[in-house]
Parts: sequence; C-alpha cells; structure tokens
Amino acid sequence: MRWDFHNDAPIYAQLMERIERMIVSGALAPGEKLPAVRTFAMEAGVNPNTMQRALAELERNGLIYSQRTSGHFVTDHPEAIAAVRVQLAEEQTARFLQKMSELGYTIEQAAQLVNDRLKQEGRES
Amino acid sequence: MGILTCENLSKRYGAVQALDSINLDLQPGRIIGLLGPNGSGKSTLIKLANGLLTPTSGRILIDGKAPGIESKKIVSYLPERTYLANWMSVSQLLDYFQDFYEDFDRERALTMLSHLKIDEKQRIKQMSKGTREKVQLILVMSRRAKLYLLDEPIGGVDPAARDYILQTIIGNYEPNAAVIISTHLIADVEQLLDEVIFISNGHILRHTPVDTIREEMGMTVDALFREEFKCF
Repeated sequence: MRWDFHNDAPIYAQLMERIERMIVSGALAPGEKLPAVRTFAMEAGVNPNTMQRALAELERNGLIYSQRTSGHFVTDHPEAIAAVRVQLAEEQTARFLQKMSELGYTIEQAAQLVNDRLKQEGRES
Repeated sequence: MGILTCENLSKRYGAVQALDSINLDLQPGRIIGLLGPNGSGKSTLIKLANGLLTPTSGRILIDGKAPGIESKKIVSYLPERTYLANWMSVSQLLDYFQDFYEDFDRERALTMLSHLKIDEKQRIKQMSKGTREKVQLILVMSRRAKLYLLDEPIGGVDPAARDYILQTIIGNYEPNAAVIISTHLIADVEQLLDEVIFISNGHILRHTPVDTIREEMGMTVDALFREEFKCF
C-alpha cells in the first residue's frame, strides 16, 4: 500500500532513503531489477516524476544503475552497499545524539546510557 | 505554449466575478493540483477548459486552440457529479465511450474493471457510490488523452477508495499528458503533484512546484495552504 511520508523533507529525498534502506536490509538484493518507474511510483503512491528523480539521484550515488532499455538494477558492488549502510548508521547516530542533547544530555552521558543498556541486555541474554 | 493556456481569462455570473483576469501556462507531463476553498473558481476554470462555459473576456486555449470539437478529442474530463445514465450497464458504457472517443482504450478499461471484480452486466444504479466513482474514473483514465481534467476525484469516497483512485491516476495517465486535479483535500493528493495552483476568489494566488515549497520554504503544501487561506 502507499508509503508514509513525513513533513520535514522533500518526497524524493524520502523515497531515496526508503530505497536505500530496502537495499541495505536486503529487501532488495544486489543486482535485483527494480520495478518500472511507473509501477514503483504506484506502489509508493507518488508522482512518477518524483520516483524518477529519486532513482536518478540514487544512480548518481552509485547505489543503482540503469540499462537503457531494461530499467534500473541494484548495484552488485558490496562495497557500495556497505558505504550506504555506514552512512545511514551515522545519520541515525547523529539523530540520536541530537535528540539526547535536546533532553539535556552530553555525548558522554548518552554514551553511558548506551553502555548501561548494553550491560543490561548482556545479563538478560 | 503549453497544453492549457489562460490569457486574462475572466468569467462573470451576473454580479459574481468567478474568475478575474487569470493567466496560466500549463506544461505537458505534469500532475497539477488546482487547490482552493469551495467557491474559489476551481470548477469554473475546469468547465471553461472543457468548453462547458464560455469566457466573459480573455481567452483559454487547449493545445493552442479554443475549446471545441477538436479539444474534446484530447481532453478527458471527470466532472464533479456523476453524469452517467443510471440505467446503463458497464458494457453499454464501454460501447458509449468507444463510440465517442477515438482514444478510448477498451482493453485497459476491461483490465481495471476485472481487477475490481465489476461485472460487465452490472448497471450503474446497482452500484454503491464508491464503485460508481471508481467506474467513472476508470472510463476517464482509459482514454489516451493529452489533458486530464479531474474535478474533485476523491470528494465523497472512503479512504480505501481514495487510495485506489489515486493509484489509478498514477498508473494510467499518458506520460506526455498533463493531469489537473481540483480538490480541497490537499494532504491526500500532495505526494502526487508536480506543481500546485492556489486559487481564491477568482484569483491565482500562486503557481509553484511542490519541491520548491518543501525544499525552499520548508513546508508541506497542506501547511502552506492552511497558512495562506487562514480564516481571520
């Protein structure tokens, strides 16, 4: 069904992030063919021009490639996928630290919380 | 020149100025939201584009020509209210569209109808309101038109039917056609649109790409609309 979008970023940027996640998580396998732009746009419930823009940006970043007649494919370079995984993880970390600083935590205090959590989960498992 | 052009277009009903000297130039390949409160002039503009009304002054051009027999061949129009005869069955409607419009793709309509499990023998009057709206949209989107004019396509239907209607629009318009969707339900259509036209009291307040609103103004179309049409 239609994908959900938040209000803080352009739709094409959110499509990019969503597709990056699908690739990093393996929901889209390396070398896999993506649906046709129009079909993919229908699935997401977005304008085909917007989907086209997201795919063009992902292609520029090397995460997907296109063949003139047969459409878009996920890259089969594991290092390109690994690089995006790192980038997404860094973004999540930055987001987490930002939220913690809004709550008045320093980076050290936030790290301490993560460590405490780690120990707790270690005991439980 | 675009697929739809307005030059100092005005329409007056007696003392009421429905459209006041508007200028527009809409390009093919785009999905355009015509957004405004009730009574702002949306339907008047669509009816002028369709040749159902004539301008009081100024002009409106479809693909460079005044609305008429030629423009009806390339314009696919979904009116705000049902206009299909109640007694007709689905297959009669298909015949009717095929007779009227050279660009009607019966196969495409049949495929969509079969996905919805709508029987060809079923009559309009036997259908629920939601089904009727879907059938009407299927007919309109099965034409390979250059301009689709959709007046309140998601007005009176439930959210599931709304999703179906929006997906049907995305999946079926001709890539080189322009699609104009008039609505006041902005949050529902926002992610479909390339550009928006805000219309109020017969004036164009803005005509802006959606990406500009999100990237440069940092707002959603819905939020911007609420701000610019705030009731004091």
